[in-house]
Amino acid sequence: MLILNCPCCGVDAEESELAAGGEAHLKRYGPGSSEDDFHDYLFMRENPKGVHFERWRHANGCGKWFHAARCTQTLEVFGTYSAQVYEPPQEIKDAITAKRPGWTWRDFS
Amino acid sequence: MSEPISALNHASYDGGIARVEECGLQGMITLRGDLSDKVLAKAVKDATGQKVPNQRKALVNGDTGVCWMSTDELLVLVPYAEVEAKLAAMTNALSGVHALAVNVSDARAVFRISGASAREVLGKLAPVELSAEAFQPGQIRRSRLAQVAGAFWMDDADSFRVVCFRSAADYVFNLLKVAAQPGSEVGVY
Repeated sequence: MLILNCPCCGVDAEESELAAGGEAHLKRYGPGSSEDDFHDYLFMRENPKGVHFERWRHANGCGKWFHAARCTQTLEVFGTYSAQVYEPPQEIKDAITAKRPGWTWRDFS
Repeated sequence: MSEPISALNHASYDGGIARVEECGLQGMITLRGDLSDKVLAKAVKDATGQKVPNQRKALVNGDTGVCWMSTDELLVLVPYAEVEAKLAAMTNALSGVHALAVNVSDARAVFRISGASAREVLGKLAPVELSAEAFQPGQIRRSRLAQVAGAFWMDDADSFRVVCFRSAADYVFNLLKVAAQPGSEVGVY
C-alpha cells in the first residue's frame, strides 16, 4: 500500500484517496514541433526499476496535483513536492542520493 | 416556489453503535480565491463571523461556519434560509477580486453521526487516522466514504458531521447504517 504526503493539504493520503497521473516532468511538444519530438512526447515513457518521478492527484481530498519521487522496486517514497516546478527540488534529489547513490532519471541525477 | 426538501428528509437510524441522521437543509457556499486576500477574509467574516481557517481547520458553530477545503477553496456554511442573501452580499464584496462564490446547498447532503462509537463508524469507511490524538473537533478532512467523496468534521468529542454529494446521499446513509449496526464495535479507538 502506497502512502503519499500531499504537499498541498498536508495529509498522509492512502493510495485509494489518490489518482495516478503518469510520469512527471514531461515537456510538451505541440504544434510546430518535429514529428520525432511529438512522437516521443506522446509515447515514450520511462519504465525504471528504481528511482521514478510521478504525478499524483489528491482526488478524494484537496483535489490538487503534486509530484512524488519514489522507488518502483521497493515502493519506498523519497518525497513529494509541488506540481509547479520543472524539475525535482534539491532536497528531493539529496534525499534520493542519500539512499540511491549515483541514481539517474532522464536528465536528472 | 416549491418547498425545498433535503435528500433524505431527516431520515435517521437508531439502535446501532451510533445514531445516524440526515441533518436536513444546510446552506453551503463554495468560495474559491486567494485565501490570504483581505477582501475575501472580510467577506467570510461578514457572512459567518469567522476568520479564514488555517489548513484543514473547520470553524463551525451549529449551521454557520467556514471550512478549509483546499489551498484556494473554502466551504462557507450558513442557515439555508439565508444562503441567497449571504451569497449576494459575498458576491458584491468580492466584485473587485479574483474569486468565485457559488451556492451549492442543493447539491449536497449532510449527516450527523453521534454516540460514543461515532469514530468507529467513520473509521470503517474512510482511509483516515481517526484516533482521538489525530482527529479532533476543529479539524476537517476531505476523503472518501467507501466509493464516494465525502468530507467530515467533529462538532464535539462524540459527534461528526459528514458532507457528501446529494446524488450519493442514499448510498452514504446505507453505508453509515451498515457501519453502525448493533454489535459491530471494533474497540480500536
